[in-house]
Amino acid sequence: MPEVLEASPVVEMELRELGEAKVGTSLNEVVIALAPAFGDKLKKQTLTGIPHAAVLREIMSGIEEEGLKARVVRVRRTSDLAFVGHDGAKLSGSGIAIGIQSRGTILIHQRDLVPLQNLELFPQAPVVDLETYRAIGRNAARYARGDSPSPVPQKNDQMARPRYQAISAVFHIRETSFVRPGAAPVELAVSYGPTKPDVTETL
Amino acid sequence: MAKRHKRFEVLERREVNKDGFVVEWPEVGMIAMGSPNDPEPSIKIANGVIVEMDGKSHDDFDFIDRFIARYTINPAVAEEMMAIDAVDIARMIVDINVPRARIVEIFSGLTPAKIAAVMDCMNVVEMMMGLQKMRARKTPSTQAHITNLQDNPVLMCADAAEGALYGFSELETTVAVTRYAPFNALALLVGGQTGRGGVLTQDALEEATELQLGMRGLTAYAETVSVYGTEPVFVDGDDTPWSKAFLASAYASRGLKMRFTSGTGSEVQMAYADGKSMLYLEIKCVMLTKGAGVQGLQNGSISCIGVPGGVPGGIRAVLAENLVTTCLDLEVASGNDQTFSHSPFRRTARTLMQMLPGTDFIFSGYSAVPNYDNMFAGSNFDCDDYDDYLIIQRDLKVDGGLLPVAEEDVIAARNKAARALQAVFDELGLPRITDEEVEAATYAHGSQDMLERDKVQDTKAAQAMMQRGVTGIDVAKALARRGFTDIATNILEIQKQRVSGDYLHTSAILDANFKVIAAINDLNDYMGPGTGYRLGGERWTKMADIRQALTPDDI
Repeated sequence: MPEVLEASPVVEMELRELGEAKVGTSLNEVVIALAPAFGDKLKKQTLTGIPHAAVLREIMSGIEEEGLKARVVRVRRTSDLAFVGHDGAKLSGSGIAIGIQSRGTILIHQRDLVPLQNLELFPQAPVVDLETYRAIGRNAARYARGDSPSPVPQKNDQMARPRYQAISAVFHIRETSFVRPGAAPVELAVSYGPTKPDVTETL
Repeated sequence: MAKRHKRFEVLERREVNKDGFVVEWPEVGMIAMGSPNDPEPSIKIANGVIVEMDGKSHDDFDFIDRFIARYTINPAVAEEMMAIDAVDIARMIVDINVPRARIVEIFSGLTPAKIAAVMDCMNVVEMMMGLQKMRARKTPSTQAHITNLQDNPVLMCADAAEGALYGFSELETTVAVTRYAPFNALALLVGGQTGRGGVLTQDALEEATELQLGMRGLTAYAETVSVYGTEPVFVDGDDTPWSKAFLASAYASRGLKMRFTSGTGSEVQMAYADGKSMLYLEIKCVMLTKGAGVQGLQNGSISCIGVPGGVPGGIRAVLAENLVTTCLDLEVASGNDQTFSHSPFRRTARTLMQMLPGTDFIFSGYSAVPNYDNMFAGSNFDCDDYDDYLIIQRDLKVDGGLLPVAEEDVIAARNKAARALQAVFDELGLPRITDEEVEAATYAHGSQDMLERDKVQDTKAAQAMMQRGVTGIDVAKALARRGFTDIATNILEIQKQRVSGDYLHTSAILDANFKVIAAINDLNDYMGPGTGYRLGGERWTKMADIRQALTPDDI
């Protein structure tokens, strides 16, 4: 998908584990909770082939754009998006977290909600583009600040089901195979690798 | 490949190649039927209690096994029925000399694995023959989805009237925005009873709200009570078979028709299929529904259709799940209600499986609105496919549940419905519906043709309407006061159904005189040619009479 790569030169990143994630104290932070395989396992890209590195960087940029800090954790005990997001929210100093699965399905969660509720849910991964990921980061930061932002506009594609549903199921099963029941979430340090390799070579 | 074959290049641009396909992966349950991990059929009964089922002893039962063993399978006949070879049961399903009642009796004593084994003996033509004989109601019918992107009540009301005119027996709506729910139920009720008295309407919502709207008489039935085939998926939704059965009894005790919903692929989609085939798990859902005492089930994969649709034999499994539902003597609302394929050929082939034999509801939602307005994420057929569908009925002389309509009749019904809702809104003190809105709704293709409403005002009024305790009776009174006596009478008749409770019988629909047509007075008695439902008489004449056909005088 060349158009995706051109729009997002970042295709690589390194995720370094820093030990068990602790509950944050900073009211200025938004946690980004990654599902078990996001970023460093399988193909490191979403259902539509967007590199995880590009996705994460857009979300972080969106949060930082609003003047808040992003903290990245890996949830290991579940691949269920509601619980990934809610676990993240419980770790977040502001009480706000973004949960994201490898296939690209994403939500914004809040500590005081029950797990199956959420602030915003984007159930159709195939229609979420990089711009939307950034906007989700921005909105999460606004919730963390105590604002009531308008929800990020959602695209709807009636034909996403026939195109992606079976593939998406396989994707989710593969991610679920990395679940470690009972394992605590871990703190991650993120460093972005070179931009698109062929671009760096010519520079 | 260095050089591409030009024919393959053309093929890759075809609609069908926009669909997603995957290979079987039995270890995780990505398989339609016959997973190597599906259990072998078995049963052991001690002191009238099932102590072993499909190779699992009572102590190892999960809560679904426990529920099925206790409430679904009849221990008095189970050993006898389990002793019959699967292939012999399959042959009896197809055999026109074996009556439906005998199959129902046999299935009352079968375990999930045995039923899966029976289905695995049958090809799709045999399954269709089975469905023709086994569906509970003799007369086939169908259901529509009526929704729109803006939750515009005027449009929804007009669309409901048009849908009723086309012949749908049930109309289902849902919301784009939850707080609109009471208006959607109201619009569907008024529009449905304008198009044809006796149409049943529902509003698919969060369970408590849905029940409340039913108890208020703003809806007439419910169907979105979901059940699943493995324990973890059930638990994910904070539910158990018992909590679902409790909800079912809440409906029954208020005299409201309801059915459960399930479908192949949901467990594997949630990554908890336990390596079992989609059909095996769905059979457990059907049996659970039976055990809960619910009269019917919506299945046929439903919102997971892309999952069985992506694997070999998936659409055969979807047909099998419909057939199993009927063999367990339940009403079946047989799917065809979600976008399934980009290819018109695949879309049609998939629907013929239910349309040709006929089911209680061939579609459990044909989109009677353009798919862009379909808030169930799109259906397999929509309002732009009406003529194709009507002509397929006429070509094959098959009753798919719809009838051709005249454009002027549709316009008149839409206009009347919109004006009726305008009057109801006025009488109930709800935000004004303008004459311009009535005019737009009368002629609209979809919500893009409508004027924008003040949604904040609408949703506030919808909540206030619930707080004030507005009921179906209030709606009937409002219509009567404004001279819409016929619609008012129809809405009152719908309220009466919940008192008489006759439409709680299996597969019940209402005719235009509010007479119940159900498996109790219209039981399917198919036993081969010359028996069962036969399309003919006035209905066939109407079905054959399409506006496109030229008469000799036209030429």
